[in-house]
Amino acid sequence: MTPARTTVDLRPPAMRLRPIRWMRRNLFGSPFEAVLTLLILCGLWFALRPLVDWALIDAHWSGQGRDACAGGGGACWVFVRARLGQFLYGFYPEAERWRVDVGIALVALAAIPLFLPRMRRKGSIACIALPAAFAVAGFLLTGGAFGLVAVETGRWGGLMLTVVVAVTGIAASFPLGILLALGRRSEMPVIRTLSVAFIEFWRGVPLVTVLFMASVMLPLFLPDGANVDKLLRALIGIALFAAAYMAEVVRGGLQAIPRGQYEAASALGLGYWRTLGLVVLPQALRHVIPGIVGSFIALFKDTTLVLIIGLFDFLGIVQAALTDPQWLGFALEGYVFAAAVYWVFCFGMSRLSARIERRGAPANAPAGRTW
Amino acid sequence: MSDAAVSPAIAIEGVHKWYDDYHALRGVDLTVAPGERIVVCGPSGSGKSTMVRCINGLEPHDRGRIVVNGTELRRDSRALQAVRRQVGMVFQQFNLFPHLTVMENLCLAPVWAAGVSRAEAAARARRYLARVRIAEQADKYPSQLSGGQQQRVAIARALCMEPKIMLFDEPTSALDPEMIQEVLDAIRELASDGMTMVVVTHEMGFARALADRIVFMDEGSIVETAPPEAFFTSPRSERTRQFLARILQH
Repeated sequence: MTPARTTVDLRPPAMRLRPIRWMRRNLFGSPFEAVLTLLILCGLWFALRPLVDWALIDAHWSGQGRDACAGGGGACWVFVRARLGQFLYGFYPEAERWRVDVGIALVALAAIPLFLPRMRRKGSIACIALPAAFAVAGFLLTGGAFGLVAVETGRWGGLMLTVVVAVTGIAASFPLGILLALGRRSEMPVIRTLSVAFIEFWRGVPLVTVLFMASVMLPLFLPDGANVDKLLRALIGIALFAAAYMAEVVRGGLQAIPRGQYEAASALGLGYWRTLGLVVLPQALRHVIPGIVGSFIALFKDTTLVLIIGLFDFLGIVQAALTDPQWLGFALEGYVFAAAVYWVFCFGMSRLSARIERRGAPANAPAGRTW
Repeated sequence: MSDAAVSPAIAIEGVHKWYDDYHALRGVDLTVAPGERIVVCGPSGSGKSTMVRCINGLEPHDRGRIVVNGTELRRDSRALQAVRRQVGMVFQQFNLFPHLTVMENLCLAPVWAAGVSRAEAAARARRYLARVRIAEQADKYPSQLSGGQQQRVAIARALCMEPKIMLFDEPTSALDPEMIQEVLDAIRELASDGMTMVVVTHEMGFARALADRIVFMDEGSIVETAPPEAFFTSPRSERTRQFLARILQH
């Protein structure tokens, strides 16, 4: 019994402009804008041209040894190529490097369902697949059984070590941070006090100090013979450190959830953990995706600090290669390469987060532009 | 209550409640028989909402006894959850879960709190959505619905737990006037099926048509309880008369 319609729907005016019109409107809208645009383009040209010349046009790409880079002012990427294996795997034995590839691929594979938009029960799948993948990858990397040669963590290094430290840090700090955030909001005074104490302690200490403590001081307190691997100690330190920051980010999300949501869930007979897992956390975490990813990116870059306890992460191993007498004088190439790799990883995380954010928003919620 | 032939659906005896120093409920007694429809009214701050929220333990009471379908409310969370599964609640602000579709809102508690299979929960959800006349909105998110539709979804969500008692805490107070009627109709239809209900509302016409008894509260106590005709035509207490004079004026 819908009444006869007396109104007509009009289509909204088209907002997409073709390139030329877009440029005319946005770059050359007024004489002042046009001058500004030209000035900026000019500036970019002068700033970027030498860089492009150096990094791409005049660069040396192929050849063997430093002689290949003799003459010309361009970058010597031959250096990076010659050392690439070490940059990626550190001192991991060459014959065993496939284990690293397989391990990292396994974890990536297990994480894929999380990013598929329309997959059912991806939460439960990830809860089983990810820990399993971590366990297998951990075994692959360390070896020592089933015919795999043991590779002690002292020989790990390069990008692989960076990824191991960052991924373990992220994977451990995320659930731990959630628990701490919940603990800090708990009604039980003991749990609340402990959570606050933990968070404030770890946030108050510089990461460098944490790593020093883990590597130098901790062994002094441990009984003789109880030897915990240095990398493992660093990993634990980093995870706890990152968890404290994560907790505060998550707490921000929890505070944004109105009381009515808790009440509606309890009134329906859902208990504390189900209310959290089904109603509160899905909303709270979605609110703070930018903050969470920000912490992940910060953590990824902070992993470079493991250098000071004698672990050669990606940046560390690049720096070490710079002091090789054979390749002296190519510091710029090394650092530019390192910066580019870090940037690619961090930018990738940022893009991924934007994707999740967009997808998570209910159909017509004002999502805002993430790009 | 000793003369009640059947055990009451809700028995509230001498219940007190404090918010810090504020004495919100001052010795409330009320017995609701199965199938009975109670409307609670009174000025704001009189303790109506608090009393209703005590019935399913959203607010713990500090003194007295509340027995719901034979189970006494204690701070023990298992008993509390058992009671809550039998008592549906509809809130002023709807409190739908914004990250879930209407269908998911409806299926959540049956699957996770009552252990109903997904298929059965979905069937239930469709049944109750049809009953509140919004079957076609099942795949939308709450933010895509009007206030009246959201409140009807909230009613259907509570019904999906197949409660024996329904509590309504000012279900139409947050609605635009044009949407109040559709929500009241949904509640009225529910009442005609013999559901036990406690409704806090300011809609006096609705109260008169729906209620078996009207409870008038003021300053944390029940001032008067009467069938609607008697309540509106010959209220016994002076405070009730004043209240009615104020709200029936316009």
